[in-house]
Amino acid sequence: MPILFYLLFASLLFLPVSPALARTIQAQTLDNGLTVILVEEHKAPVVTIQVWYRAGSRNEVTGRTGLAHLNEHMMFKGTPRYGKGEFSRLVAKVGGTENAFTGKDYTAYFENLSADQVALALNLESDRMTNLLLDAKEFQLEREVVKEERRLRTDDDPQSLVIEYLYAAAFLIHPYHAPIIGWMTDLNSLERNDVTAFYKRFYSPNNAILVIAGDIDPKKLLPKILQTFGKVPKGFPVPPFHITEPEQNGERRFVIKKEAQLPFVFAGYPVPNFSHPDNYALGVLANILFSGKSSRLYRSLVYEKKLALDVGGEYPNLSANPDLFYVYGVPQPGQSADELEKFMYAEIERMKTEPVADRELQKAKNQIEAGFIMGQDSNFYQAMQIGMAEAVGAGYSYQETYLENIKKVTKEDLMRAAGTYLIENHRTVGVLIPQPHKDKD
Amino acid sequence: MAIRKFQKASVFFMRLLFFGLTVLLSQVATADAATAAKVTAKRIVTENGMTVILQEAHSLPVVNVQMIIKAGAVLDTEEKAGLAHLTASLLEEGTATRSSTQIADAVDFIGAELSAGGGDDYASASLRVLKKDLAAGLELLSDILIHPSFPEPELQRKRQEILGQLIAEKDEPGVVADKAFNQIVFGAHPYHRPEEGTELTLPSITRDDVSLFYDQYYRPNNTIMTIVGDITESEAASLIKTYFGSWPQKPVPTATVPSAAGLEKPIVKLIDKDLTQANIILGHLGIDRKNPDYYAVTVMNYILGGGGFASRLMTNLRDNQGLAYSINSHFQAGAFPGSFSVSLQTRNAAAQEAVDGVLAEIRKIRTAPVTDREIEETKAYLIGSFPLRMDTSARIANLLAQIEYYNLGLDYAERYPKLIGAVTKTDIQRVAQKYLDPDHLALVVVARQGEAKIRQN
Repeated sequence: MPILFYLLFASLLFLPVSPALARTIQAQTLDNGLTVILVEEHKAPVVTIQVWYRAGSRNEVTGRTGLAHLNEHMMFKGTPRYGKGEFSRLVAKVGGTENAFTGKDYTAYFENLSADQVALALNLESDRMTNLLLDAKEFQLEREVVKEERRLRTDDDPQSLVIEYLYAAAFLIHPYHAPIIGWMTDLNSLERNDVTAFYKRFYSPNNAILVIAGDIDPKKLLPKILQTFGKVPKGFPVPPFHITEPEQNGERRFVIKKEAQLPFVFAGYPVPNFSHPDNYALGVLANILFSGKSSRLYRSLVYEKKLALDVGGEYPNLSANPDLFYVYGVPQPGQSADELEKFMYAEIERMKTEPVADRELQKAKNQIEAGFIMGQDSNFYQAMQIGMAEAVGAGYSYQETYLENIKKVTKEDLMRAAGTYLIENHRTVGVLIPQPHKDKD
Repeated sequence: MAIRKFQKASVFFMRLLFFGLTVLLSQVATADAATAAKVTAKRIVTENGMTVILQEAHSLPVVNVQMIIKAGAVLDTEEKAGLAHLTASLLEEGTATRSSTQIADAVDFIGAELSAGGGDDYASASLRVLKKDLAAGLELLSDILIHPSFPEPELQRKRQEILGQLIAEKDEPGVVADKAFNQIVFGAHPYHRPEEGTELTLPSITRDDVSLFYDQYYRPNNTIMTIVGDITESEAASLIKTYFGSWPQKPVPTATVPSAAGLEKPIVKLIDKDLTQANIILGHLGIDRKNPDYYAVTVMNYILGGGGFASRLMTNLRDNQGLAYSINSHFQAGAFPGSFSVSLQTRNAAAQEAVDGVLAEIRKIRTAPVTDREIEETKAYLIGSFPLRMDTSARIANLLAQIEYYNLGLDYAERYPKLIGAVTKTDIQRVAQKYLDPDHLALVVVARQGEAKIRQN
């Protein structure tokens, strides 16, 4: 068995002031290709077990959107060994919680349990990696549940609709074009065989990452992992992904008219991901613009100009392919969306032309560092950061060196990154124009 | 209440929706009750009458502080509803020596989280800060609690913001349904109105109202402080003395709160909105937190609809009929009797079918005993997952504050398995009959009413 063995003491790497932060991370690859990452953290007798599959909505094709997420739902519908509902029941019986989530690049499953129940989660998760029943009747029922989820989260939420269309407009050929939950017409036409094919293609040890964080002894745990996950046969290699979105040469705009009280503006700019050195500058840039009540957008648009009821944005660095740096705002009642949009861009323009003050840069770095340390309070959060980094191809070492790299960002880096990526010709903008209520009786 | 701060572009679609990632992150990790559910907290009452609960936790260089001030919206008059909430929201917006922006700059510079906000029963303030910046963090927390200046322009701005949020909330069908439901269920009791006030009451609140309310209720002898984190007892004692020792105590007025009467007949309220889904909430008055039946009700409600994927409502309406994505039942048990409610969303055309399905489950748990397996597995989950409430320092701080507020005793975590373990099948049927009343329900449906076609009788 080829074993890559790392011992990393996080505190020694970048936080010499806080020796309490020492955590031990061990990573290895099993013969069947499964990546196993173990994080020892003995502060409480609890464990989180997470299985990450490198399969999300990115791996779907036109006409078959929503498959990854529907497959996630079906993962709870039973195997020959553990029937429908048994998975959740067995975990709850020992006081555990479990759930799953689907993203663009991955689908992840987790159990949070008492440390002495880790074997149960290993049994259940390794079993459903390849043995799913995918019963036809259950498929029909769960499809209805997912359609209700779509109505709840997208169709009846005008802001969500704007965001959904924005990604569709910003990504013409890359599958980030489609919503994770799937288009409604696709949900109606998907068949059980589609899920079966997706499951067979993507659910295999060589396309998965097992992360266990908490009160564990890797020496005792490893044999248990080998007895369960180690016995799952290797699957077909997943073909490499090759779609690259062409460069955008001009702003794209659209409006949505729906019954609503207030307008909503959402703008996105294509940006590189973790693999580009500029990702650290973009992270600091997002912090200065969006993080906290002292952030540029809140201070200017909510507090001083009283134009906005809500503003924000984010830079998603951990995506498998370049995603969007986005910014949004909801105007105060009586204020115009145009005006708000104009001032949102004005704040972005300032980042290109005026160097930030030393103290503001230091504040952003302090916030990022404090957030990182506070995040260690939760095993789940730590495991999730590691699982996500592995699933999108950054590797967990990205997390281990993140703060060091953030500290190196200069004010010139910020101006250059803003000027390179946050430009009008690359922008896609969606605006919600509220419509009054009409009686439909 | 503030607009929910989501990551706007949904990163995840989950098997069961959590409200935002932060909730997800705090929902997790559990432990074996016997080994983990130990509270080693100390309780102190300071010279100026503030109750302090301290729990040392040295695994991370972080300290969490949670304050509960018994200054909730239940103290508001009908005419000035929203006063308590507005007062709490203004704490961070200026003190005798700091402006709103200076407070925000100082908090963000040390990467801390400081917040203050209203609630129905009490207001709260919290601080999360790195150990190395603890003194600076406590200084800010004490300043906003002891020396707020309520600047008039800040009051005007905050009021506009709340009024704006009230308008924005009309686009959230779940919120529209909840507000209409509370209006019906709580009658004269203050829980009937939104804690943040209304378009009618907010304009009448003045700076003098805020100052007087603050002066009456923001007192150390009316406050619970919990501290959890990388701090020793002696450090804590000295810091509390430095930063909260000068807070003058003063007797707090006793409030008379009008009580709620149950419904004499079922009430159906239909709100027309251009939606693909009917948002349904039904229920009636429930219990308060001090009700001795609280634990039996907890077990009963878990089986009915509180227990996630294990519950009857989830199994029958979602898993077996595909009628809903999210469905749950809930007893809101606070200082006063809250509501019992079932909430779900289903496509408009299935609304009546879903309501009938819920009613059938409510009737069933009243008339037939639950099974042995149901009661055993429910108890096993509730007891076994208790440490889930204690898996991060912030959650421990919050739990300890609740324990003190409801006078549950610092041995609560150790007693909890017995409290749940003692519940019998007979208890469950008794509390189902006593606290569930399918014949006197309030039902609110927000939907395209032309498609939902709800029976009015």
